[in-house]
Amino acid sequence: MDIVVCIKQVPDAESVKWDHKTGTLIRDGVKSVINPFDYHAIEAALTLKDELGGKVIAVTMGPPQAQEAIREAMSMGVDGGVVVSDRAFAGADTLATTYTLAQAIKKLGDVDVVFCGKQAIDGDTAQVGPGLAVRLRFPCVTYASQMDILDGERGLRIRRISEHGFDVVEVEFPVVVTVLSSLNTPRVPSLKGKMRAKKAEVPLWSASDIDASLDKIGLSGSPTKVYSTFIPKFEARREFIEGGAEEQADALVERLKEAGII
Amino acid sequence: MLKVDIEKCTGCGECEEVCSFGAITVLDDKAKVDPELCSLCGTCVDTCPEEALEMESEGPGKEKQDFSAWSGVWVVAEVRGNGFAPVTFELLGKARQLADRLSVPVTAVVLGSAVKEMAPDLVARGADRVIVVDHPGLSNFVDEAYSKIVSHLARKERPEIILAGATAMGRAFIPQVATMLETGLTADCTGLKIEEEGRNLLQTRPAFGGNLMATIICDEHRPQMATVRPHVLKALEPDESRQGEIVEFEPSAELLEHRVKVVESVTEESDGPGLTDAEIVVTAGRGLEQKENLHLVERLAHCLDAGIGATRAVTEAGWISANHQIGQTGVTVSPRLYIACGVSGAIQHLVGMQGSDIIVAINKDKDAPIFDVATYAIVGDVREVLPALIRKVSEERGIKDV
Ligand SMILES: Cc1cc2nc3c(=O)[nH]c(=O)nc-3n(C[C@H](O)[C@H](O)[C@H](O)COP(=O)(O)OP(=O)(O)OC[C@H]3O[C@@H](n4cnc5c(N)ncnc54)[C@H](O)[C@@H]3O)c2cc1C
Ligand SMILES: Nc1ncnc2c1ncn2[C@@H]1O[C@H](COP(=O)(O)O)[C@@H](O)[C@H]1O
Repeated sequence: MDIVVCIKQVPDAESVKWDHKTGTLIRDGVKSVINPFDYHAIEAALTLKDELGGKVIAVTMGPPQAQEAIREAMSMGVDGGVVVSDRAFAGADTLATTYTLAQAIKKLGDVDVVFCGKQAIDGDTAQVGPGLAVRLRFPCVTYASQMDILDGERGLRIRRISEHGFDVVEVEFPVVVTVLSSLNTPRVPSLKGKMRAKKAEVPLWSASDIDASLDKIGLSGSPTKVYSTFIPKFEARREFIEGGAEEQADALVERLKEAGII
Repeated sequence: MLKVDIEKCTGCGECEEVCSFGAITVLDDKAKVDPELCSLCGTCVDTCPEEALEMESEGPGKEKQDFSAWSGVWVVAEVRGNGFAPVTFELLGKARQLADRLSVPVTAVVLGSAVKEMAPDLVARGADRVIVVDHPGLSNFVDEAYSKIVSHLARKERPEIILAGATAMGRAFIPQVATMLETGLTADCTGLKIEEEGRNLLQTRPAFGGNLMATIICDEHRPQMATVRPHVLKALEPDESRQGEIVEFEPSAELLEHRVKVVESVTEESDGPGLTDAEIVVTAGRGLEQKENLHLVERLAHCLDAGIGATRAVTEAGWISANHQIGQTGVTVSPRLYIACGVSGAIQHLVGMQGSDIIVAINKDKDAPIFDVATYAIVGDVREVLPALIRKVSEERGIKDV
């Protein structure tokens, strides 16, 4: 079983601070972490490997520092990884990202399953998994909350969550799966894993290493562009409702009536 | 690449101030760009009083393209049960505005089985035309077939804009359509409008958990595609007298082919609406203290016809299933009213709900961070405030037996 897990390094929500006066991100002390959903993608990949054998390779597109993310994945048990990294990738939107990741995955050879997180917490798009599936010509199952192996190890049975409840779907390999955090509990890195990760070589692949055509990557390969950004103003609209529980409940119901909600 | 014209730059520092990514620093009276941090957003270019900043495109010189062959606004309808997901009507309301501005028609595309009879509802809500793809093979949501069909239709008919709901279904298959069409897609928009000059769609969406708003443009490709969050747009009142054309499309066997087989589709019995659909969400935090008190949240939700949310502390304690979790590793909601009961307001929770219109927080600790985002702050014990609130709300709405 050849398994790929796509992980992204994102700014740690806890350490990101916003200066609402000047409208800027305070970069000092911002730590980079693995996107929280991607830990569940890593765990899904490792669980599958535990049952079916084979190997798990982690792939990330990002700056060279993203080697840290690969090492962390390796400390959990991932066999190896690669950072797809090139100045030419800068400014990539999801279309360019899926092209780039697909080129890297194709270079790895035949792959049976690709796991992605449901979404990355910096962009929140949830578009990379489904887009990557189209690039690889694999079917895609999004929002997996439960996963079993089909008889004969042909594929997977997955519970896919939606607003109305859930679907149970069956799909044969190869497939792209995007995972929810309810799918599993990520394992903690082992000491042995940490040692191995520390020593591991994590290759950096450039645009030419993955045979990427330059008009499909980075800014030139991105149809969407940021036109402007602004920091939403949180106007000081907070009102403390005083009094005992009864009075507070009364006052709140009044406010909600005024707002036309009840 | 962002280029600084050293001759023009006076080192005034306005670009440094305005950069959300900390990518510009003024050194020796000249702006310096850190390409690792620069997201190429261009905000600084517009801000610079000296016009010393320029965004150089690296691709081959792009001339203005002719998009006159692409025309019309499409809405991909979402069938849910025997009707449409509310977001479909919200999208039609917005599509109507955009289309009127562009002087083009609104087309709704609906896929499913036995959906033809439902098409007039889409006309009543603003569509001039409905393309119905009615086939037994589409009774379940099979994303591969859905995306092949929609991209096939879009290639044939060339709409300039395609909108869909940012729901589990829209977020699953619309990115596949966009990739097949090799065009841009902006996820989870909260605002859409047409650029003052030109016909480009300005798509505004939150990033970094709502801390930053970005307006996205897709000016060199067609169609322009966006998924839109439920509840942020206004639906039009249904107008049964509206006239529209209903056309049917018969998909080929090849378009219907798909590799993901739906073996079971389960509608979960829940008393209220689903979380992302709900206009009101009542959320349980660890401040409820024990599972037995969860019924307070359930009863308030019932009175308000609200969805039930939970913090991770609560889902992890096993009081309620993980599907209810709101936040960074759960779902994002933006209802008209959000009531947080015994929720501390950890950043991982806030990013999933701070887009709500009105936020009510009930917490016994007056310094709880949740109060920083609250519209109405109630310092008190949930075990006292909730029963009082349930009583008042049920009186108000004439609900007995809660
Ligand atoms: C990577 C990562 C991802 C995470 N993702 C999420 C996520 O998606 N969603 C999420 O919610 N959390 C998430 N968390 C967890 C998050 O950091 C918080 O731990 C969690 O949100 C806290 O839940 P809580 O507010 O219910 O509990 P607590 O933080 O324990 O807060 C309970 C609050 O209730 C108040 N209280 C106590 N008793 C009463 C009473 N009788 N009446 C009134 N108020 C009372 C207390 O003053 C306190 O403020 C994540 C954490 C990490 C590290
Ligand atoms: N730059 C990247 N490198 C590797 N994987 C990525 C990258 N961006 C996104 N992904 C994967 O795609 C998922 C969804 O990301 P997004 O579509 O950006 O919300 C993430 O959880 C990752 O698994």
